[in-house]
Amino acid sequence: MLMPAHLVSNLIVATLLGGVALLAAGLCRAPLWRAAARALARRRPLALAALGLYALVALLDSVSWVDARVAGDPAGASLVNHPRTLIDRLFPPDFQERSYAAPLADVEFYGGAALQHPGAHLLGTDIIGRDVLHQTLRGARVALLIGGLTSLIAIPLALLLGVSAGWFGGRVDDAVFFMISTLASMPGLLLLVALVMVLGTGTAQVCIALGVTGWVGLCRLVRAETLKLRELDYIAAARVLGATDLAIVRRHILPNLAHLVLIGFVLMFSGLVLSEVMLSWLGLGLEGSWGRMIDQARTELSRQPAVWWNLAAASTALFGLILAVNLVADALRDVLDPRTATEQR
Amino acid sequence: MGCAAGPHHMITFLVRRLFWACGTVAGVLGFLFVLFFLYATPADMARRALGEKAPPEAISTWIKNHGYDRPLVWNPTAPGQTLLVEHFRRSLTFDFGRSDADGVPIRQRLREGVGPSLALTLPLFAIGLIFSIALALLVATFRDSALDRAVAVGCVLAMSLSTLLYIIAGQWLFGQVLRWFPVSGFDSDPEMLWRFVALPVVVGVLASFGEHTRFYRTLFVEETSRDYVRTARAKGCSDLRVMWGHVLPNALIPIVTHVVVAIPFLFTGSILLESFFGIPGLGSMTVEAIHGNDFATLRAMVFLGSLLFIAAQIATDVIYTLVDPRVRLG
Repeated sequence: MLMPAHLVSNLIVATLLGGVALLAAGLCRAPLWRAAARALARRRPLALAALGLYALVALLDSVSWVDARVAGDPAGASLVNHPRTLIDRLFPPDFQERSYAAPLADVEFYGGAALQHPGAHLLGTDIIGRDVLHQTLRGARVALLIGGLTSLIAIPLALLLGVSAGWFGGRVDDAVFFMISTLASMPGLLLLVALVMVLGTGTAQVCIALGVTGWVGLCRLVRAETLKLRELDYIAAARVLGATDLAIVRRHILPNLAHLVLIGFVLMFSGLVLSEVMLSWLGLGLEGSWGRMIDQARTELSRQPAVWWNLAAASTALFGLILAVNLVADALRDVLDPRTATEQR
Repeated sequence: MGCAAGPHHMITFLVRRLFWACGTVAGVLGFLFVLFFLYATPADMARRALGEKAPPEAISTWIKNHGYDRPLVWNPTAPGQTLLVEHFRRSLTFDFGRSDADGVPIRQRLREGVGPSLALTLPLFAIGLIFSIALALLVATFRDSALDRAVAVGCVLAMSLSTLLYIIAGQWLFGQVLRWFPVSGFDSDPEMLWRFVALPVVVGVLASFGEHTRFYRTLFVEETSRDYVRTARAKGCSDLRVMWGHVLPNALIPIVTHVVVAIPFLFTGSILLESFFGIPGLGSMTVEAIHGNDFATLRAMVFLGSLLFIAAQIATDVIYTLVDPRVRLG
């Protein structure tokens, strides 16, 4: 029997937390990385905290379980088989109105009928009466999922092809360079749209489409850096000592590409989330994303009187995440790039 | 290999570059074939157009009517009569056939759409370019001043907003609240044209200035750390003269590269701006194709976009070798 989706999600959260802990422990042992992490925390404490908050919300929204059936509970009856996440549990189970309600309002926005939860909707409700704060918090998971899953596809691909191109050169390099120039010459958004239309609009499909369009830039950087590293003396020394190709790549090339990959990942991240907004607007986005919310809300401003809270909530959440990621990316580049890092220490 | 760009080297370089470009064009066409014929087969396209429950006869009629009723890659009875050959032949002769959605010839659509697209993208491009370069030059002149830091913060803030939000906010503020411009629409009469184009141009410039200004600022700042700038300062040039007279001309080559590669996007139009502001250009056409599952039009747009991009890349390489005597031909 296949495992229910919410259990898979719980397992992924556990694996992620374990992986991050292992990675952090490993990095803390390397003095250079520890210094970089400290410098980063000193330069951008607020942006890092904001990112942590987004990650926390996304993780809390990934841990869920099904409640035991409660006898004689009319509200729970319809929700019995629905796994509810920790974020869902912050809100009452039937936190639903019939239509728009302004933030903290006691009555419906149009018509003025009484609400079931007067004054309880901090950010109001959307057209079918869902709580906007709840929807906004749930969007964090979708946004981080897009960035994370896509990077999981794009980064290994970029590393594998970029390192082989740079290391082996010749025919391999020609082949990889051909792939890069072919993909890079197609207009980005159009290629993305074409891929999503052909593959379908599920989470995995959208991430694969974003991954296919996203690995090219990083691969180019990795290839160029590998070409440079290959010619260095210590590589020649390792080869004289009898190290195999694989050993040299693993011990001497990959660790020296780590900063590129990290910077590339963070730089890619904001672009991915913004791309999803575009896809949502074209009707190809993911269920529950901020892009979907913005798309649904864009006609609400021209209503009389205007409904603004839906758009405001989703776009503020999106803006906050992208801004934090952009700030961290800049700081990370300054801290990790050897050319600029030396002048700051 | 010689230092100067002699005519002989130029020709070998061009031939090799063109050879690569042909390979890339073939790669793009091959990729499109895999995506639109092998992965999403003509039968899939028919089912999308007619609905999942369409009867098999309707699907085969659709396939026949749209000219997809041939073997994909191998036809034992008549070699060459395959969709693969047809796809390459048609794309390379710019005969894209008819739209999958409404049967209008795609070429006619393209011809009609290029004008409105250029009416939007040309002013957007020119104003955005001048604005970004001027601002970047200004802040690079007064490096590490309060102005520089303010612009840097502004750029990051501007970059972090989705283009969609600029459009929604711009339409709401200027179109609905202040009523300076019409919210959307188009008129090819030059007298009226600017009224419809002004707002999307302003929104487009705002949405993209952050990224460009940062790019140009980095470029100028890198250029100011060169020796010739110190020499110019030492002989008593003012800041203004150093930046405009020495740094700007020397930074022109990377600027030109950046600019020429952006030219293809002038023709393919802006998907977002055009469809929000009701400009009947190629961007709007693309959006219609997406909504109507019109794969033929989408294929044509991707192919044309790549072709223009590849041409622009060759152009930058040639410009590079002509303008900068230090560049050796590889």
